[in-house]
Amino acid sequence: MFKRLPEADEATIEFHFDGQAYRAVAGDSLAAALLANGIGQFGRNAADNSPRGPHCMIGNCFDCLVLLADGRTAQACLTPVAAGMRVRPYDPATAGSPE
Amino acid sequence: MNATVDVELAVIGGGPAGLAAATLAAEGGASVLLLDEQASPGGQIYRNIEAVCDRRPAIAAALGDDYRGGLELVRAFRRSGAGYRPRASVWEIAGDGALAVVGDGGAEVLRARRLLVATGAAERPVPVPGWTLPGVMTVGAAQTLLKASGLAAGEAVIAGCGPLVLLFALQSIAVGAPPRAVLLSEGFGDYLRALPHLPRAVGSLDLLAKGWGWLRQLKSSGVEVVTGVSAVAARGGSAVDGVGFITGGGRRDIDAGLLLLHQGLVPNGHLLRAAGCAQEWDPAQACWRTRRNSWGATSRNDIAVAGDCAGIGGALAAAEAGRLSALDALYRLGHIGRAARNGRALPMAAALRRHLRPRPLLEALYRPPAEVLRPTAPDTVVCRCEGVRLAALTELRGLGVPGPNQAKAFSRCGMGPCQGRLCEATVGRLLSDEPPLAGRTPQTYTIRPPARPVTVGQVAALDGLAEPAGEVSGMLDR
Amino acid sequence: MTANGGPVEVAVVGGGLVGAALAYGLARRGRSILLLDEGDVALRASRGNFGLVWVQGKGRGLPAYALWSQRSARLWAELAAQLREDTAIDVGHSQRGGALIAMSEEELAGFGEMLAEISEAVGPENYEHELLDHDGLAKLIPGLGPDVPGGSFTPYDGHVNPLRLLRALHAGFQTAGGDYRPRARLAHIEAVEGGFELRSQAGTFEAGKLVIAAGLATPDLARQVAVEAPIHPVHGQLLITERAAPRLAIPTNIVRQTDEGGFQIGYSNDELGYVTGTRLGVLRDIAHNAVRALPYLAGLRILRTWGALRIMTPDGFPIYARSTEHPGAFVFACHSGVTLAAVHAMICPGWIDGDGIPEEQACFSPERFDVQTTA
Ligand SMILES: Cc1cc2nc3c(=O)[nH]c(=O)nc-3n(C[C@H](O)[C@H](O)[C@H](O)COP(=O)(O)OP(=O)(O)OC[C@H]3O[C@@H](n4cnc5c(N)ncnc54)[C@H](O)[C@@H]3O)c2cc1C
Ligand SMILES: Cc1cc2nc3c(=O)[nH]c(=O)nc-3n(C[C@H](O)[C@H](O)[C@H](O)COP(=O)(O)OP(=O)(O)OC[C@H]3O[C@@H](n4cnc5c(N)ncnc54)[C@H](O)[C@@H]3O)c2cc1C
Ligand code: FES
Repeated sequence: MFKRLPEADEATIEFHFDGQAYRAVAGDSLAAALLANGIGQFGRNAADNSPRGPHCMIGNCFDCLVLLADGRTAQACLTPVAAGMRVRPYDPATAGSPE
Repeated sequence: MNATVDVELAVIGGGPAGLAAATLAAEGGASVLLLDEQASPGGQIYRNIEAVCDRRPAIAAALGDDYRGGLELVRAFRRSGAGYRPRASVWEIAGDGALAVVGDGGAEVLRARRLLVATGAAERPVPVPGWTLPGVMTVGAAQTLLKASGLAAGEAVIAGCGPLVLLFALQSIAVGAPPRAVLLSEGFGDYLRALPHLPRAVGSLDLLAKGWGWLRQLKSSGVEVVTGVSAVAARGGSAVDGVGFITGGGRRDIDAGLLLLHQGLVPNGHLLRAAGCAQEWDPAQACWRTRRNSWGATSRNDIAVAGDCAGIGGALAAAEAGRLSALDALYRLGHIGRAARNGRALPMAAALRRHLRPRPLLEALYRPPAEVLRPTAPDTVVCRCEGVRLAALTELRGLGVPGPNQAKAFSRCGMGPCQGRLCEATVGRLLSDEPPLAGRTPQTYTIRPPARPVTVGQVAALDGLAEPAGEVSGMLDR
Repeated sequence: MTANGGPVEVAVVGGGLVGAALAYGLARRGRSILLLDEGDVALRASRGNFGLVWVQGKGRGLPAYALWSQRSARLWAELAAQLREDTAIDVGHSQRGGALIAMSEEELAGFGEMLAEISEAVGPENYEHELLDHDGLAKLIPGLGPDVPGGSFTPYDGHVNPLRLLRALHAGFQTAGGDYRPRARLAHIEAVEGGFELRSQAGTFEAGKLVIAAGLATPDLARQVAVEAPIHPVHGQLLITERAAPRLAIPTNIVRQTDEGGFQIGYSNDELGYVTGTRLGVLRDIAHNAVRALPYLAGLRILRTWGALRIMTPDGFPIYARSTEHPGAFVFACHSGVTLAAVHAMICPGWIDGDGIPEEQACFSPERFDVQTTA
C-alpha cells in the first residue's frame, strides 16, 4: 500500500493502535501514521459494521474514525499523532466508553 | 448582543484563494484573521509546501513546478501581517455573522465585520461497487499523503478522469512508486464533445499543451494506461484486493491492494449553505454552488466567497478571485474608495478570465460518466455513513418519496457523520429527476450546522454569544 | 376531471404523522383513500421531532387530554406490532417509563405539583408516578450529573424512532391500497354534491369525505370547510450526536438515546414565526443543559442541530373537528403527533368512517376557543 519515501523517513514518535506499538513521524496525521505502518482498516462502520479505513484524507468522509483512550472519536486524517498516544479501532459497540 | 469585533475581515480557508485575499487585505490596511483547518498554509494544492520545499527537495521536485510555485503565495501571506490560526475549523457562521470555531483549545466564537469563505473543493464522490472497502481512496487522498507525510502509493490502480489523475500518476512515477495501471473513463466521445470548446480555450494553449503532454508522458512511461473504462468495481473482503472493469476489449480484472478514484472536484459548500447563502445549479460542473457576483458577494451581505468553494476554477483562478474579494472588502470596510477598487480590479479580473478560459473545454472533456452520477448496480453503497444501498433508494421511489430530504428521513441516507457530503448529489439525482423534466435540477439535502465536528462539551462551554440567543441562521420563510 | 383513476371515499390532506396515521387506519378499514402531500421541502414537524411517546405532565387543565394521551400510550405496543406485520418496519418502540429531569429545586417542586394535580383530576389509580431525589433518579439514570436535584418518573412513557414511524405509516397506507400523491399541495376545496372537489398542485381530485391534517397549513384549508382551527408555529431546536454504545435506558425530557445509538438532545420553545433555522445561542444552551444533566455527553460530537415548528393550539390541546356546514369534512391538528399516533391510526379512523366524533371527545372541538372569547 503506502510506503514512506526515504527523504521523509524521520520516524521518532511511538504510539499505540489496538494495543500494539508503532512508530510515526512528528507532524503525521494519525491516518498517515497508521497507513505508513501498513494498517488500512481503522475500524467498523457504525451503521452496518463493515470494515472501514480512510477514504478522502480531508475530513469529509468520516471513514477514518478511531477511538481515543477516553472513548472519544477522532478523525484520524485530521488528528496529529503524538508521542504516547493510545488509539483503538472505531467500533460502535465501544464508542464513548473509555479503554 | 455582544458587539465586540475581533477583526475587520475573517478569511476562512488557507488555500490560494484565502491566502491571496488575506495578503491583499492586510497589506491594504485591514485587520485580517485567516482561519484554516490545516496545520500550515497552502490549502489542498499547496499542502505542507513550506516544509516540503524546505526539507524534502526530492519530493518537492516530484510534485512539480505548479506545486513549488505556491511558495511565493505563502511567503507573501506570512509577510503580510495578517493574523493566522492554523488547525482551526469553522463549524458555523451564525445568523448574526458570529463565527463558531473549533481548534485544539476547544470551541469559541469570533466576530468580524466581514467574512470571506474560501473553503475550497472536495473530490466528487465516486460511488462504485466496493468503494467503502479499506484501500479504496481518492486520488487526492493519496496525493495528500505524499505532500503531508512523504508517503508514496505503491502499486496503486488509479481510475477515473481529470487532470489530477494524470498529475498524480506522474508524481508517483517521479517518486519511484509508479501505479500498476491507470484506468481512464474518458474515451473518444469525450474528445468529440470537447472539440467545440477548443477555439475559446486557444488563449490558454499552454495549459492544454500541458494536459496533452501529461497524457503522452504517462503513456510512454511503461505504466499500463487503459482508456474508455467503465463499470469499475472494487472487490475484496476486509480490504480491497482487486478491481474489475469493462473496456473496449471486454471485461477485465486486476489485482490491487490500493484503488484510487477520481472524477473531478465539487465545491465544499456546507458552511455557506448552512448559513443560508443562496445556491445555484451549475450544469457544466454538475454541482451546486453558491450564487455570487463578480466580487464574490453572496446573498448574505456580510459574507463573500472566493476560490473553488464558489465553483471549480483551479488554483490560479482561486488566487485572483481571492484578490478581487479582498479589494471589495477593503472598499466596504472604508479603506479604499470605489474608483480605487475598480481600477485595481481591472488586471485581476482580466487574469481571472484568462485562467477560467480553458474550463469549458476541461469540463466537456472530463465530464464524469453517467454511471458515476447515477449508479446502476443495486448493491452499490450510496450513503457510506449509513450503509444505504441503491436498492434501498429505489424502494423509496416506489413509495412516492418526493426528494432527498424525505428519503433521508425514511432511510437515514445523508444522516451520518458526513451529513450527506458523499451522497447528496447521488441521492438528489436518483430521487428528483425522474421522470426527467427539462430544466429540472436535482434537489439537495437541507444543510445545518455544524459544518465540522464539535463536541457537546465544547459547545456547552461557549461564551461570547449574543443574548438571549442570537439571530436565526439558514431560515426558511413561507 | 380527476387526476387519478376516479373519485375516492376519503381524501386525507397532509402526509405528516397525523395525516399518515389517519390515512393508514382508514385504508386498513378497506376504504379507498387518497393522501395528498407537499413535496420534499415543506414545513413538516413529523421530520423534526423528539420521538417521545409521552404521558407525564400531559393534560394539566384538561383531564380528558391526559386520559387520551394515556389511551394512545397503552395502544402503542399494538400499533408497533401491527406496523411491523404490515410493513416489516421496526419503528423502534420502547416504553419502559420515562423521567423528567429537574435542573433546579424549583423545577422539581413544579413537577411535583403538576403530577399531583393531574393525578387528582384523572384519579390516582390511573396515574402512577414517583417524585425522585437525586439518588432515586440516579438509580434510573446512571451517570446523572451531580448538581441535578432530582426528577420524576411515570411508567407509561417511552419513545420510538419517529422517522421510521413516518415511513412505516406511509408504507402501511400504501400496502393497504392507499394512493399517495406527493407534490400535490391542496389549494382550493369546493363542496360538491356527494363530497368535495379538491384542486391541488397535481390536479383536481374528488372525494366523498375530506380529512384536513395539514399541520401548520390547516387553518387556511379548514376555513374552506367553515372550521376555525387557530394554530400557530412554536419553534423547537434540537441536536443529535454521533452514535455511542447504549447507556441511557429510558427517555427523558432533556435527552434520549435513539435506537441507533445517537443521543437526541432538546429542546427550545420559541415563537419565531415561520422559520426553521437554528440559533447558535440556543445550541449552546441545550448543550449546556445536557452536560449538566449527563456529564458523559460532553465528549460526543454533534452531528447536526435543526429547528422544527410545533403545531400549537392556543391551549396546547388537540383540535379535532367535524364541520357542521360540511359534515363530510374533518379537521385534525395537534402537537404530540407521535404520542397520539396510536389513537390516530386505531381509534379516529372509526370516527371518520362512522357517526363522527364521539360526545366524550367534544372537548377537543375548536369551539372551545369561541367560548373562551365570549365568556
Ligand atoms: C485533495 C485535493 C488535492 C488537490 N491537488 C491538486 C493539485 O495537485 N494540483 C492542482 O492544480 N489542483 C489540485 N486540487 C485542486 C485545488 O485544490 C484547487 O483548485 C485550489 O486549491 C483551490 O483553492 P482554494 O483556495 O479555493 O481552496 P483550497 O486550496 O482547497 O483551500 C481551502 C482551505 O480551507 C480549509 N477549510 C475547509 N473548510 C474549512 C473550515 N470549515 N474551517 C477552516 N478551514 C477550512 C481547507 O483545509 C483548506 O486548507 C486538489 C484538490 C483536492 C481536494
Ligand atoms: C421540536 C419538536 C419536538 C416534538 N417532540 C414531540 C415528541 O417528543 N412527541 C410527540 O408526540 N410529538 C412531538 N412533537 C410534535 C409532533 O412532531 C407533531 O405533533 C406531529 O409531527 C404533527 O404532525 P402533522 O401531520 O400534524 O404535521 P406535519 O408533520 O407538519 O405535517 C403536515 C403535512 O401536511 C402537508 N401539507 C401542508 N399543507 C398542505 C396542503 N395544502 N396540501 C397538501 N399537504 C399539505 C405538509 O407538507 C406535511 O407533510 C414535536 C414537534 C416539534 C416541532
Ligand atoms: S479520511 Fe475522510 S474524513 Fe478522514
